[in-house]
Amino acid sequence: MSLFKKVGLGLAAIMASFMAKADYSWNFPEPVTPMALDTLHVHNKFMIITMVIFVVVLAIMIYSIFAHRKSKNFKPVEDKAPSTTIEIFWTLIPFAILLLIDFVIMGIPAYHSVVMMEDTRNEAKMVVKITGSQWRWQYEYLDGDAQGIKLVSNLSTPKEQMDKGFEGKKDEQYLLEVDNRLVLPVGEKVRILMTATDVLHNWWVPQFGSSRVAVPGFIRETWVQVDKPGTYRGQCKELCGKGHGYMPVVVDALPMEEYKAWVVAKKEEMAKASAGADKEWTKEELIAEGKSVYEKNCAVCHQVSGAGLPPAFPALTGSKITTSPIFGADGKYLPDSHLDRVLNGKGVMPAWKSTLNDSEIAAVITYERNALGNSVGDLIQPSQVKSARQ
Amino acid sequence: MSTSTVAHHDEHADHPSGIMRWLTTTNHKDIGTMYLTFSLIMFFVGGCMILGIRAELFKPGLQLMNPDFFNQLIGVHALIMIFAALMPAATGFANWMIPLQIGAPDMALPRLNNWGFWLLPPSAILLTLPFTLALFGIGDGALATGWTFYPPLSVQGGIGVDFAIFAVHLLGISSVLGSINIIVTLFNMRAPGMTLMKMPMFCWGWLITAFLLIATIPVLAGAVTMLLTDRHFGTHFFDAAGGGDPIMFQHLFWFFGHPEVYILLLPVWGFIPQILETFSRKKMYGYKAQVYSLWAIGALAVVVWAHHFFTAGMPVPALLYFMYSTMAISLPLAVLFFCWIKTMWKGSMSFETPMLFTVGWIILFGIGGLTGLVLADVAADAQYHNSYFVVAHFHYTLFAGGIMGIMAGTYYWLPKMTGHMYSEKLGKLHFWLTAISFNLTFIPQFFLGLAGMPRRIPDYALQFAEFNMISSIAAFVLGLSQLIFVYNIVTCARGGKKATDQVWEGANGLEWTLPSPPPYHSFTEQPVIK
Repeated sequence: MSLFKKVGLGLAAIMASFMAKADYSWNFPEPVTPMALDTLHVHNKFMIITMVIFVVVLAIMIYSIFAHRKSKNFKPVEDKAPSTTIEIFWTLIPFAILLLIDFVIMGIPAYHSVVMMEDTRNEAKMVVKITGSQWRWQYEYLDGDAQGIKLVSNLSTPKEQMDKGFEGKKDEQYLLEVDNRLVLPVGEKVRILMTATDVLHNWWVPQFGSSRVAVPGFIRETWVQVDKPGTYRGQCKELCGKGHGYMPVVVDALPMEEYKAWVVAKKEEMAKASAGADKEWTKEELIAEGKSVYEKNCAVCHQVSGAGLPPAFPALTGSKITTSPIFGADGKYLPDSHLDRVLNGKGVMPAWKSTLNDSEIAAVITYERNALGNSVGDLIQPSQVKSARQ
Repeated sequence: MSTSTVAHHDEHADHPSGIMRWLTTTNHKDIGTMYLTFSLIMFFVGGCMILGIRAELFKPGLQLMNPDFFNQLIGVHALIMIFAALMPAATGFANWMIPLQIGAPDMALPRLNNWGFWLLPPSAILLTLPFTLALFGIGDGALATGWTFYPPLSVQGGIGVDFAIFAVHLLGISSVLGSINIIVTLFNMRAPGMTLMKMPMFCWGWLITAFLLIATIPVLAGAVTMLLTDRHFGTHFFDAAGGGDPIMFQHLFWFFGHPEVYILLLPVWGFIPQILETFSRKKMYGYKAQVYSLWAIGALAVVVWAHHFFTAGMPVPALLYFMYSTMAISLPLAVLFFCWIKTMWKGSMSFETPMLFTVGWIILFGIGGLTGLVLADVAADAQYHNSYFVVAHFHYTLFAGGIMGIMAGTYYWLPKMTGHMYSEKLGKLHFWLTAISFNLTFIPQFFLGLAGMPRRIPDYALQFAEFNMISSIAAFVLGLSQLIFVYNIVTCARGGKKATDQVWEGANGLEWTLPSPPPYHSFTEQPVIK
């Protein structure tokens, strides 16, 4: 074991004990992927090198500050240009040391790290697509057993805990908890495809050591291989508007059997949800479901009360769109109707058709028309949303 | 250079007085004073904004502002500090000191000089006006994208983005005008006998800065103009749906943005060795090596831009190239550090306020430089990027390396400019309060970043609470200590102990041969350098 590894692991151990208190942690959190481990080693090594440089240079300067003072009657000497062989030698030595540090001691491991970081395909066992949107993450399993599973992951910290004047105790995972977590199997290399629907986002879990910008209209790649079961948390790391601080990442890494069980359970749940789209819902059911969908997805801009934040985010209470008819005489939804706007979006309003399912869209529309100070009285069934999609 | 170009100036002191003196002046000292005053005012405007931020981040939860206003404050804070505080301060010194240091009666293009300054107040107003407009229900406030204008967020943004784009255009024009003036002055108006390689180091620092500005400001102007047309005229430079690429903006922006770091620092690297030689009572070590290093850094500055967005996705060869070229900057920078320390070595040092700031500057800027070297590593950068680690790093380079350098320069030249000595006691108090509270503000931010706190978030998880609280308290101490700075400057300008011509025992150079303060028209007889 090299000296750097020892020091690195030592630091990691100290770190872990700090993490237990989680208050004054001063280094990277415990790494759980090969990439994060590599990053931690690189970081510790570079920090030690730069600190040694810093201390040596500083020591020379501080010695000079105390020794060569006017108040000690030190008489200034005159410098000569480095003309003799010895002086040239002493000029070149520091240069050589620096070249060695930059391009050998730091440069070579850095090269290997980069190559490892960018190798997203070799030995990858599965592919997950991550889509960043204002202000949530969507996860889609593209192959293997889990193919077809789609998750939308929203912040689930209660809104009142963030408000000013909140005197109660905030959740332990304040701002770092979501409704649907990304679930990954332990020990498998997972290739991650990254994109966005609106602005730049950056999917970052510090304990994974990978971070990649999600660019709308482009696919970026990275990979993770979580080697230790557990729950890992991170945040969006690219300024993406007013909800930037409110789109956490939470990943559950499960042992293979548990992961497989989760896949089965999730698929059943999804089948049940799509069956729900075909049944007839009552208005009360729709409004109850709609309230939770609204508060999770819409309230961040349109506010819990429906008052919005004009001019950027219009009020829903009494607005033209939420109070005018949805369907025309031919039974098709009207352009610029409530359903059109929720499905397809416009301007800053995102299109929800790929994020929410039929029941959720029907529920939230019904809720918006019959709550938030509106009382239009009508309702819309999931089956109508389903046919509107075609 | 023939002596006829600097023909005898009449001592015509009949320039207008009152406000008209300042509006119409073409005198380099007046314009320099205006630049420095403007810079000091904007330093406080930008400072108040960040104190608002630190107050909000004092504890978890939203106490003072909504997230949108938070985003506006961080972006405008950065733009003001960079474009309206640091750059004008350096230009102010250039206006005051370059003619004095090279034995010229004034800058080469005095009317251009006046215009260059008077573009600044309107652009400062453009930057901050959207805050006021929002109070009256017009628009939704200032630029909320951070100072980097990244699309598509900036395409989505409100009128604040347009205001900021026009502000950047005006600031850019002002900088380019100033740069042209400095280059023309340095090339044409040096006293007889002052070859380029005899120029004071501050002139060298500024000469390279001026070239960097002329090379990169047009690129920024182009990039933000493309953004403007994307916003309003249906172009798709940065929109993938129309065949554009949001990341292209980052390339264009940082082609300007990285050299900008050196634009802010090179003037400081110019006068720091001059302060060192003054207070070490010894000639600066390695003049030539320093000049070559400044050129090398200037050249490297324009070829390393992409290290600001390694995580945006790049091919492996590009990642490697930008990593190694960035690391290469440590070589000329190490030469500079070596020369600075060797200048102190076996000198006869005394520690008046300018020297204190300079020594503190070397140490703190060293931390900024070394953390920059670590940030160059692509793999580790994936962790540091956009975390508080980066925030701490660039405040070590730009607050310690930039603003504390400017403070050293201010104390160094203030007696020359005003004719009075400032209060040494208050100066030292200012230094110690600044240095200590600066470190207490930003060292916790290194730890926050490593522990995983992203930058630009208005609220944070509970695990980050303790360090944020320390940082916020220290930031307020740091902010309040700057009032001592202003008090010291104002009292020094109004009176105090007369300064001698040479001011400092070890000072050498043409500016110290003139009376303190120098006459309105200096060098009526041209000096000759042997």
